[in-house]
Amino acid sequence: MSDCFDYGSIDEILAKHGTDHGAIIAILQEIQEKYNYLPKEIFPYLAEKMKFGEARIYGVATFYENFSLEPKGKYIIRCCDGTACHVRGSQPILNQLYEELGLSESKHTTDDLNFTVETVSCLGACGLAPVITVNGTVYPAMTQAKTSELIKELKEELKNG
Amino acid sequence: MSQDYMIIDGMPVALEGNERNLIEVIRKSGIEMPTFCYHSDLSIYGACRMCMVEDERGRLMASCSTLPYPGMNIRTNSERLRKYRRNILELLLAEHCRDCTTCSNNGTCHLQSLAIKFNVQTVRFANTKTEEELKVDDSSPCIIKDPSKCILCGDCVRECNEIQAVGAIDFAFRGSKCTIATSFNKPLIESPCVGCGQCAVACPTGAIVVRDNRKKVWEMLDDPNAYVTCEIAPAVRVAIGRALGVSEQENSMGKIVAALHRMGFDEVYDTCTGADITVIEEANEFVDRLTKGENLPLFTSCCPAWVQFLEKKYPEFLPNLSSCKSPMSMFASVIKTYQKENDVAPGKKYYHVGIMPCTAKKFEAQRDELKTDGVPDTDIVITTQELIKMIRESGILFDQLLSESVDMPFGEMSGAAVIFGVTGGVTEAVLRKISSDNSRTTMNALAYVGVRGMEGVKEATVMHGDREVKIAVCSGLANAEKLLNKIKSGEAHYDLVEVMACPGGCISGAGQPYLSRVDRFERGKALYETDRTMAIKRSQDNPLIKKIYENVLDGREHEMLHVHYGKK
Repeated sequence: MSDCFDYGSIDEILAKHGTDHGAIIAILQEIQEKYNYLPKEIFPYLAEKMKFGEARIYGVATFYENFSLEPKGKYIIRCCDGTACHVRGSQPILNQLYEELGLSESKHTTDDLNFTVETVSCLGACGLAPVITVNGTVYPAMTQAKTSELIKELKEELKNG
Repeated sequence: MSQDYMIIDGMPVALEGNERNLIEVIRKSGIEMPTFCYHSDLSIYGACRMCMVEDERGRLMASCSTLPYPGMNIRTNSERLRKYRRNILELLLAEHCRDCTTCSNNGTCHLQSLAIKFNVQTVRFANTKTEEELKVDDSSPCIIKDPSKCILCGDCVRECNEIQAVGAIDFAFRGSKCTIATSFNKPLIESPCVGCGQCAVACPTGAIVVRDNRKKVWEMLDDPNAYVTCEIAPAVRVAIGRALGVSEQENSMGKIVAALHRMGFDEVYDTCTGADITVIEEANEFVDRLTKGENLPLFTSCCPAWVQFLEKKYPEFLPNLSSCKSPMSMFASVIKTYQKENDVAPGKKYYHVGIMPCTAKKFEAQRDELKTDGVPDTDIVITTQELIKMIRESGILFDQLLSESVDMPFGEMSGAAVIFGVTGGVTEAVLRKISSDNSRTTMNALAYVGVRGMEGVKEATVMHGDREVKIAVCSGLANAEKLLNKIKSGEAHYDLVEVMACPGGCISGAGQPYLSRVDRFERGKALYETDRTMAIKRSQDNPLIKKIYENVLDGREHEMLHVHYGKK
């Protein structure tokens, strides 16, 4: 257990969901919502509080694509690469994102922890293809130009705090 | 009344209505169904698909996870099913290290035996596992995990979680990346693993095996400047026979001692003598706590996996743990001290080897708390299986050996100590110690208070003076966990709690040859039979014990026989 980690908020989440083993996904989701990812420190803590195998919690966290063990950026940009988006040009948009933010297929998050770029298989908005989302907000019918514009806006937003 | 039945391979088979699944009915009808992932005492997982059967319409189903019903008509063996099974085996073998001849499970591997049975002759697919995924974890002194031999049947995971409630390993990642891992792939030694080794018992391949210390023991025996002693735990003598050509129902202790003498051990002892000392110390501690009403219930501390379970998962219960060292460690301390103080073998280095049914003892032997001047009292631990291999290696024909007795000066033991190897034995031994007399009636009555039997949790109440003593005896750490929670919530009150990590006690230890649960339990009967034929039933009636207290311990019980374990 780490001394410099604040477990108070984890206790609150546990109090809300209880320590029944079946609640583990909901608990992990809420922790991820708070930290943007699942910090390493929570695993032994949850295991002790829930009397649950730490390895099983790790298993759940690594099974679901949605959980991340790496810290994520302030802005999580999801670029849809489903069939519809793909044929309407999601790849150039993704490349544009990688280029502008200095990311790649193996590096998803900027070092300053401001941006994370991920691909998703389908956002279910095929009529609006190609689609990206930024922290859940949908940006439809994207082009490379619109992507550049969007990144500029987000960086501006960061600057203005 | 008409009897319900179903058809298996054209033969009618009666149904009782309470069958767990189809596979149990099939096996009852005299057909051995191949499977990797189905074990009758674990939950049903349905991963390996080897137990597929087909019905009269050609529908395939896994017989482990299908319920039988009256009128059901299935085939267990057709060209289609055989081909299906061969394909599964071929796919499993594709991602499996196939260096069988140098694998420690060569000859006992279930994957190997099914591959032979189903005549798999080629493997058409390449192994796609990466080097990172294939890294061997040899951090634990007890077990070694080799992912290159894993077939992802999940037997180890269910054993670790369901039977032992340890949860050190589980499935991680998904699809083709799926592995059996500790949290964040930490080395086992840093995980909650308690070293019980039951995962290795469950593993159908060589993916989890018990660490082999034979080489170190041979080196000791070959060293002309070494004086090597050993002690043999109770459960070893009733588990070794089958593999070496004598009946397992009989106690092979005499032959084991003879074999060890021939292999070059200078002195051979019986851990039962150590257990007698443990009984004295533990009974005294128990009566003391009972009188003072302190730290009750008293938890037994003989089982190193249970001790680690408390340290790692329930440290709040550590004050309840007996301060007694295990019989092995007590005895090792006594033997080494005696040898050094009496200069038994001048100029030689003393080594002491524990021959145990247990994998966790390998860890116990290394514990800093059990070292004297930085040297472990027990230098190395080998298991029953390693002993079998050493006997085979040395060419000794075990079945032809004439029995020999253990050596002096520590060659006496009581029946109470022999039953340490089976669940409930420690408790019965302590009850004998605190009983008012050693008459046959009293001893026989203690056998029936409820501490014997293979149930996971047993309860008994006995009178000590005018005080009612409540006892719980459990084996299997998941059973122990349930008990701990009951004690914590106040739902249950006990004065004495005996816990053995392995179901049934040490007779089922992971160092023993692997048999079905039921067959392992038979070993317990052989231990009780040995006890029945021994004249000295109580530890304090062992004449040697008095001498050990006077001549070796000499008031140093606290430092030589007791220990305080802390939180990991």
